[in-house]
Amino acid sequence: MMDALGEPQSVLVLGGSSEIALETVKALPRNRLRRVLLAGRPNAARHAAVESLTALGIIGVEAIDFDAKDTASHGGVIDGVFDAGDIDLVILAFGVLGDQDAAEADPSLAVDVATTNYTGAVSVGLHVARRLRKQGHGALVVLSSVAADRARRANYVYGSTKAGLDAFAQGLGDALHGSGASVLVVRPGFVRTRMTAGMPEAPMTTNPQDVAEIIVKALRKGKETVYAPGPLMYVMGVMKNLPRPVFRKISEKQG
Amino acid sequence: MATKPAKKSAAPKNPLKRDDNERLLTGWGRTAPSMAHVVKPGSIDELRDLVAKAGERGILARGLGRSYGDAAQAGGGTVLDMSAFDSIDLDTVHGTVTAGSGVSIDSLLKTLVPAGYFVPVTPGTRMVTVGGAIAADVHGKNHHVEGSFGSHVHALDLVTGHGRVEDLAPTRKAEHFWATIGGMGLTGVVTKATFDLIPITSSLISVNTVRCPDLDSVMASMVENDDTYRYSVAWIDSVSPSGRGVITRGDHAPSAQLDAQQALDPLAYEPKVVATAPPFIPSGLLNKFTVRAFNEAWFRKAPKSRQGELQPIGEFFHPLDGVQEWNRVYGPGGFIQYQFVVPDSAGYLIDYALKRLREVGAPSFLTVLKRFGAANPAPLSFPQPGWTLAADVPARVDGLGAVLDEIDGLVAASGGRLYFAKDSRQSPEMVAQTYPRLAEWQGVRDEMDPRGIFTSDLARRLSL
Ligand SMILES: Cc1cc2nc3c(=O)[nH]c(=O)nc-3n(C[C@H](O)[C@H](O)[C@H](O)COP(=O)(O)OP(=O)(O)OC[C@H]3O[C@@H](n4cnc5c(N)ncnc54)[C@H](O)[C@@H]3O)c2cc1C
Ligand SMILES: NC(=O)c1ccc[n+]([C@@H]2O[C@H](COP(=O)([O-])OP(=O)(O)OC[C@H]3O[C@@H](n4cnc5c(N)ncnc54)[C@H](OP(=O)(O)O)[C@@H]3O)[C@@H](O)[C@H]2O)c1
Repeated sequence: MMDALGEPQSVLVLGGSSEIALETVKALPRNRLRRVLLAGRPNAARHAAVESLTALGIIGVEAIDFDAKDTASHGGVIDGVFDAGDIDLVILAFGVLGDQDAAEADPSLAVDVATTNYTGAVSVGLHVARRLRKQGHGALVVLSSVAADRARRANYVYGSTKAGLDAFAQGLGDALHGSGASVLVVRPGFVRTRMTAGMPEAPMTTNPQDVAEIIVKALRKGKETVYAPGPLMYVMGVMKNLPRPVFRKISEKQG
Repeated sequence: MATKPAKKSAAPKNPLKRDDNERLLTGWGRTAPSMAHVVKPGSIDELRDLVAKAGERGILARGLGRSYGDAAQAGGGTVLDMSAFDSIDLDTVHGTVTAGSGVSIDSLLKTLVPAGYFVPVTPGTRMVTVGGAIAADVHGKNHHVEGSFGSHVHALDLVTGHGRVEDLAPTRKAEHFWATIGGMGLTGVVTKATFDLIPITSSLISVNTVRCPDLDSVMASMVENDDTYRYSVAWIDSVSPSGRGVITRGDHAPSAQLDAQQALDPLAYEPKVVATAPPFIPSGLLNKFTVRAFNEAWFRKAPKSRQGELQPIGEFFHPLDGVQEWNRVYGPGGFIQYQFVVPDSAGYLIDYALKRLREVGAPSFLTVLKRFGAANPAPLSFPQPGWTLAADVPARVDGLGAVLDEIDGLVAASGGRLYFAKDSRQSPEMVAQTYPRLAEWQGVRDEMDPRGIFTSDLARRLSL
């Protein structure tokens, strides 16, 4: 149970080795944290994630198997987690950037990005929502992106999956409104993680720690949407309304 | 072969759809809400049926929701509105009353006082039910001499997890009886109870007030004089480092003490409710400055020393009930009430706790200090001999959690503990350490509720 001071006892991370998600877990108040489940595909990154949280003295950190693309398994995975005890906070963090160039040549690669980022998220998101509804409390944090606000030439496959995910998460938040469960949609800009390693940095680039802090504050305040960094909200407000030719020019420059 | 159109299998129920009976519930502190199905049983049979059908998210009785934290809510479960259990049977031969568990002390007093009786124990608000008073084993200003509510209960009816009605008394199934006193609704649903009353000849309280310049003098006076009074409590100025305070003590005034006007109707009882706090108040309204001003005014208002002032019941026992929904002044972030008890040997923790709360910038609006007398046999009952301090603090204060955890540690080390009816944040480890009879209580509870259907957010949070 989340307590009166906003201290969670249990957290489930979908995409358990996501750098942004791990920093978020580290930034959470942890005086009451006793169960942290890192759900992801078994690999070295997941193993390292468990180690890094455990090394900080966080109790009850455990890896569980989860593949965003294997939607048939989602119901069982989520039921297994919630049957063993309430979950106060779920962070839906998995996602792949994909290679736009390659995807245009081989559409099956675009399907892969869409299946992970959108289809997988819709599937597991609904299963999570069902269980949060049933337990009558809990928050779901969905990592969308500023890319959801306006798709760019350079990564519109990724952008379109985030746009779909973002719309889905907003609707889910509305469906859960007033039910004790809630959804927080997070729209980070460029964040320095392995996902963006080697790419030229965009203006207003942040670190995963910065995003984490913004998420934790927004949860405490009960917000429904948040940008990271915050001022990106105004930037994207302008971007969304730019005429196509102007936006095309700007995004071409940015690559 | 004629083919009948295949019968469409019923579409699965949409798990995100809302039921009409769903309500978001919080305690009086308005923190950590959860959703439950609120159902109002109209009879014992309906109640037993609901208990029998309870699902995996459990079932819980709720009174008037005056516990501060998450004791009277059960996320995803069934929460029972007990207001239909509203009978009041006064037995003037034995000086007892048998009341339905949904009866509030407020309505009891309206019946009892004009008949020349008072409840054996009343908390600082009369807006609590008999069920809530039993489940939290509430204490009043007379704990140092007369103990807590449960000590005055002769018998109670409880619907257990088996769906049976058990007739419990300190002499009948004593283990089940005492597990239910202070059991926070986790042993079953109380439907009615019989308890002692205090005979009175007037509805006024004869009150002595002393103003003390610092905490030491408050505590010294309480140690020295409390035992000669039935009722005693001290209000402490939590803003001033001196810990100055005002002690009010008293007893029911004999009718002989009333003036001619009052003597015309010595048992008149008309509690007043002034106004409702506005539904939306910016949380900034209650800040260090307004709290300082409030505490200053409260201290100044009290006479240096006054004897035998006659006060109505409401003014003496339930001053906060004068303003409906005053809990909203803390704004949308809500608030917590931190209440601990420590043995006399750890009396210094009172000063230390107040100092730490001042340091973290947690302005306590209302701070109350009291002495407790002997404990009763209930394994989870909060009161034990010593000092109890209760402080209201807004929930959204940076660093508050760490400071309270630190004070918790000292309270635990001294042999003290926190009050479940007020708690909204302690750790399960703290409970296991400070309620040494928890395992014994759990054993009895498991016997009374083998399916584990009685649960609450508090029980989940603290692994009760
Ligand atoms: C302003 C204020 C002052 C207070 N002062 C004091 C004080 O001086 N001393 C003190 O001891 N407490 C005090 N309290 C706390 C209050 O007395 C307790 O929390 C009490 O339990 C509230 O009763 P309720 O009917 O509102 O119960 P709720 O808050 O609704 O429920 C409290 C608990 O009782 C259980 N319960 C309720 N009905 C039943 C039933 N029929 N069968 C089984 N279990 C049941 C619930 O499951 C829950 O665990 C104060 C509270 C306020 C708001
Ligand atoms: N970094 C940014 O600039 C940025 C900006 C905006 C939004 N975001 C979004 O924020 C989220 C987290 O990103 P991050 O920066 O923390 O990236 P990250 O460290 O690369 O994390 C991505 C996570 O997704 C997991 N994942 C990928 N495919 C999966 C699958 N099929 N099943 C289960 N897990 C899968 C990865 O696990 P594996 O180890 O198994 O691959 C990894 O744990 C992503 O949704 C991303 O789109 C990032």
